Amino acid sequence: MSLLDKDSNKVLIQGLGRDGSFQAERCIEFGTKIVSGVHPTKAGKKFKQNIPIFGSVNEAVNETSPDIGLIFVPAPFAADAIIEQIDANISVIVCVTEGIPIADMVKVNEYLKGKKTRLIGPNCPGYLIPEKKLKVGIIPGSIVKPGNVGVVSRSGTLTYEAIVQLTKLGIGQSACVGIGGDPINGTSFVDVIDMFEEDENTEAIVMIGEIGGIKEQEAAERIKNSVSKPVVASIVGQTAPEGRRMGHAGAVITGKSALASEKINSLKDAGVVIADSPTEIGQKVKELLKIK
Amino acid sequence: MQLHEYQAKNILNKHNVPIPFGKVASSYLECEEIVKSVNGRSVIKAQVHAGGRGKAGGIKVVEGSEDAKKVAKEMLGSTLKTFQSGDTEFPINKVYVEEASDISRELYLALTMDFDEKCPVIIFSTEGGMNIEEVAEKTPDKIIKIHVNPLIGPSPYKIRNLLSQLNLGKKVSQQIFSIIQNLYEIFNSLDCTLIEINPLAVTENDKVLALDAKITIDDDSIFRHSDIKDLFDKTQMNQAELKALSSDLAYIKLDRGKVGCMVNGAGLAMATMDITIKAGTAPANFLDVGGSASEERIEEAYKIITSDRDVEIILVNLFGGILRCDVAAKGIINGFKNTNNSIPMVVVLRGTNSDDARLLLEKSDLDISFAEDLPSAAVEIRNKLGIS
Repeated sequence: MSLLDKDSNKVLIQGLGRDGSFQAERCIEFGTKIVSGVHPTKAGKKFKQNIPIFGSVNEAVNETSPDIGLIFVPAPFAADAIIEQIDANISVIVCVTEGIPIADMVKVNEYLKGKKTRLIGPNCPGYLIPEKKLKVGIIPGSIVKPGNVGVVSRSGTLTYEAIVQLTKLGIGQSACVGIGGDPINGTSFVDVIDMFEEDENTEAIVMIGEIGGIKEQEAAERIKNSVSKPVVASIVGQTAPEGRRMGHAGAVITGKSALASEKINSLKDAGVVIADSPTEIGQKVKELLKIK
Repeated sequence: MQLHEYQAKNILNKHNVPIPFGKVASSYLECEEIVKSVNGRSVIKAQVHAGGRGKAGGIKVVEGSEDAKKVAKEMLGSTLKTFQSGDTEFPINKVYVEEASDISRELYLALTMDFDEKCPVIIFSTEGGMNIEEVAEKTPDKIIKIHVNPLIGPSPYKIRNLLSQLNLGKKVSQQIFSIIQNLYEIFNSLDCTLIEINPLAVTENDKVLALDAKITIDDDSIFRHSDIKDLFDKTQMNQAELKALSSDLAYIKLDRGKVGCMVNGAGLAMATMDITIKAGTAPANFLDVGGSASEERIEEAYKIITSDRDVEIILVNLFGGILRCDVAAKGIINGFKNTNNSIPMVVVLRGTNSDDARLLLEKSDLDISFAEDLPSAAVEIRNKLGIS
């Protein structure tokens, strides 16, 4: 996962409120190197006695040179935080914040074009590389196990669901990436699938999609044309009614292509093994890896 | 958040988008007065949050004030169900009364977010007045789109190029040019996810008017539009959904299902709904209690689900992370104690403090069976509902 696994893997955390601080501690427990924090009113103080907190991302970058930025800033200010990190040349940004206005994200997306920064999220659980003890986000560290299956999902809880099943069956993960449930996000299924295809440590790919948009179809197209590794996928939202947002801002059926059935058909056509329910993902991966 | 036509037209008017003369009325007397001042043919439109009003009888043309009084009397206080609204009946508390226009042509104009291209898009069609999805399907070449760079806004040259293809005449084209720019101003300043003008009418004497207007505002942006917040019409929402909203629960009532679902996480909630189909039945609702739900919030969720008359069984599926299962269990037990409303439950608990939660629930008087995971929960539901 060379694109997400930076050599030094030094992480900056922006937004050290109640949730941000709690999650930062969990990242540290997992083994992540958190080198600095950014908070407007806590500048000059230390987090956990030894991690310096700065008033701006630029200062934090100058003093601690992080590669990765993790954002817990509240929604009204989150887009600005992303832009601040882009301007400071952070290579990978994970934005966990939920509920960022769509208009803010389309501007961020436009601003990102041509820049070297990769954005994951917003409204996502972030990513985790078990072998590297790198956890950037909120995926529970206790459920993962180092191994060779790459997991990518739009939904946080379903990412955990898939990981738990794999770990229970003794199947470890090369990396787990939650790309988030918003319609406008930085990293797509296609981006992560490309990374897994290139990654030497990944032998098989698990993808969990949901209703809404055409991102799963784009992934199916990519898998069909340029992925050699086996893929297991599950799509949730078969029972969702048209026109109603199912919690995730992106999970809404608008037009035929947004339907679960359409997505499943495209994936099947690309040779992907379909788990009818996410609860069957572990078993499907097990069968697939045995055949190999 | 959806606005009513009268609210949308008020915004259009403020931004110099031409609309026919019209006023909103809450009583038939007010309606009669407005029609008198129009002094001619008028249109009375039910103000509900549902599309397809015309076909459902929610739009009526009246010839004079007597006629208007009669129509308004019938409409106000009644409900409207359209082909787009499913089983929901929308209460008509207000009607919009508008001067009828002599129309020679109906066009279509909308601004929305294109999630695939990740930018705003202007959609224009010469085939206005009808269902635009149908136009898109049957004659896709009649739909023209202009993508907008959100950092720049709509480039005038792009709008000019669009209009020059259409042969609408100089007078009409000039008006549409300004209308598009003014609508984008609204779209941008109010954080809209949709502005739809269907039809955008051209009158006999070449005046362009917005005959209908639909505006939807991004819910996540409401924090910066305190004036818009007040336009929210609570009566147009399912009352259980409204209650859920005030407790920070993402709840959606679904038609014709029997299984009440209580889940944490939107993705897991959808997967849980899907599993009810495997059990040979259907979900009665979508409910995501959120990542860090409190005892009170879970209690509220329990109350909302158990007060739904369609619910015959409840499926609880909680994966404790930040959420603690024991806290959730206490919320469920409190809900039961305070309502004395017991419906059989199938419960799947995993993650943080799930063992403690199970002990608490076992000690309660609730009718509960536990399942290891969703597939076994499906089997349990089948048994309990007697589905063979």
